[in-house]
Amino acid sequence: MRVFGALWKREVASAFHTPMAWVILFFLMLVTGFNFYAGVTVLNHGATEVTVVESFFNTIFFWFPFLLLFPLLTMRLFSEEFRSGTIEPLMTAPVRDTQVVLAKFLGVLFLYCVLWLPTGVYFLIFWWQTHLTAAGAVGAYLGSYLLLLLMGMFYLSLGCFCSSLTRHQITAGVMTFAVISLFFMTGLLSFLAGHTGQLMQGVSITFSPIDQMTQFSRGIIDTRPIVCYLVMTALCLFLTLQSFQARRWRS
Amino acid sequence: MISVQGLSKSYGPTQAVRDLSFSVDRGEVVGFLGPNGAGKSTTMKILCGYLPADAGEVRIAGFDVFGESLKARSRIGYLPENVPLYPEMRVREYLGYRAALKGVRARRTEEKVLDALELCHLGHVRNQLIGTLSKGYRQRVGLADALVNEPDILVLDEPTIGLDPNQIREVRSLIKGLAARHTVLLSSHILSEVEMTCSRVLIMNRGRIVATGTPGELRKNARVPLGGSVRLEARVQDPDAALKAITSLDFVASATMTGEGGEWTSFEIESSEGDHRPELFGEAVRRGWIVRELSSREATLEEIFTSFVTGDPERESVSSGDSTGGKQS
Repeated sequence: MRVFGALWKREVASAFHTPMAWVILFFLMLVTGFNFYAGVTVLNHGATEVTVVESFFNTIFFWFPFLLLFPLLTMRLFSEEFRSGTIEPLMTAPVRDTQVVLAKFLGVLFLYCVLWLPTGVYFLIFWWQTHLTAAGAVGAYLGSYLLLLLMGMFYLSLGCFCSSLTRHQITAGVMTFAVISLFFMTGLLSFLAGHTGQLMQGVSITFSPIDQMTQFSRGIIDTRPIVCYLVMTALCLFLTLQSFQARRWRS
Repeated sequence: MISVQGLSKSYGPTQAVRDLSFSVDRGEVVGFLGPNGAGKSTTMKILCGYLPADAGEVRIAGFDVFGESLKARSRIGYLPENVPLYPEMRVREYLGYRAALKGVRARRTEEKVLDALELCHLGHVRNQLIGTLSKGYRQRVGLADALVNEPDILVLDEPTIGLDPNQIREVRSLIKGLAARHTVLLSSHILSEVEMTCSRVLIMNRGRIVATGTPGELRKNARVPLGGSVRLEARVQDPDAALKAITSLDFVASATMTGEGGEWTSFEIESSEGDHRPELFGEAVRRGWIVRELSSREATLEEIFTSFVTGDPERESVSSGDSTGGKQS
């Protein structure tokens, strides 16, 4: 446990000891701040059915930085250790491969959570200024942030896997972005294959992050995506471990 | 402490280590000597559990490196070649992190880190970012990392490479000091370094151990015709006549004039087994030469090394010029 704690702490510290985390945080707040402002502006144009929370989590200003976040956060995780050779002192210390993989994943997940934390402040400010809640019910906050966490877990674990495949950060980043985009685009299948039938449409709606977010940000929490994301995360972490262990045979 | 049996490892078609066997006892300082690409680093990486071997068995303090990897790894302090470190960490923070990884208890970490800092003379840079340190300091941070949990065995891959002469001297004396408490296996391609620090030398070439022994034993067993090489420098009337006179002595195999023209003339004399300096001196006295130097040359480790590695004693200076040169007696 002490070994795991040390590994995790180093992961988090290395992100905050370099400008990376701060730069990402700055731009994320800039874009989401604008996004929140836009959401509030919608309300000023008269009565609407959507709440601020719904409009906050369902715009291009939310999805675009959201998707860009993962390659940026995960690409260095393993690649940098391979490239700089620090993997050698790391793996000649008495640490297990699973400890390293989990520490890296949970470290970057923590960073991801910290990055989204300030957005909660927006809703607090809204409540403080207008004495109105930004959402219809508590479930809307819970749903949105729960889905944010679940999607984050899955995409971060995918990023971990891509980073464990190569010693080049950029390659890892591009792979991560491509694979995540593919998953994200499943929602668009219904547009492409709109007339092909019920099944296709069903699949696309179930897996589409956009549709899921529409539901969750209304406070409608579906257990299917929850299970799906957890299982996918576990699978990606398992693959990461396999690929990380395979480095011994590759070298 | 370390026992290696039939170790083999290849990278694709390149065989880096071939059927290697050796052992190192507690308290020994053993030097791994060989040209670049001899398989030293590969062997060390396998010993430290970083690389798997294709075949063979490695035991570290009785633990199988492949089967009981964690136990074996916790008994080794490893200094990798080129010392990869995290540039964004501070020296003390890094050593604390490494101590935690190596299972040092939380309340003892502080003390062990301070010990390591002191031992490696890092006290005044302990709060500096590793990325801003010079090569010599980075090397010492690597060494402090290897030492921090006081492992039984230290494996140091080229500990003095890239350092300036002052730093080299410091690191060497540090290693000598460590010998009292640790078993040390170090690699080098600088011969004088191994001669100065190690009690035993393993010479490796192309993945095999080609010779092993103390520097003295190696000298005795070298495949170089070292019977006796004597250098004579004297004031003679007629150098050519003198050379002829020397060559005609029955124990002389061959003689060459190496310096001529000035007041002093020097000769390199290859003779049969044994010390023939008294006879040579007698001859000089008989002929009225005034002798300034009469010395027999012992083979340096460098020549021995070259003879083992290439089988060609003529090619000298494999090392990067740091060696002590010919030993005169």
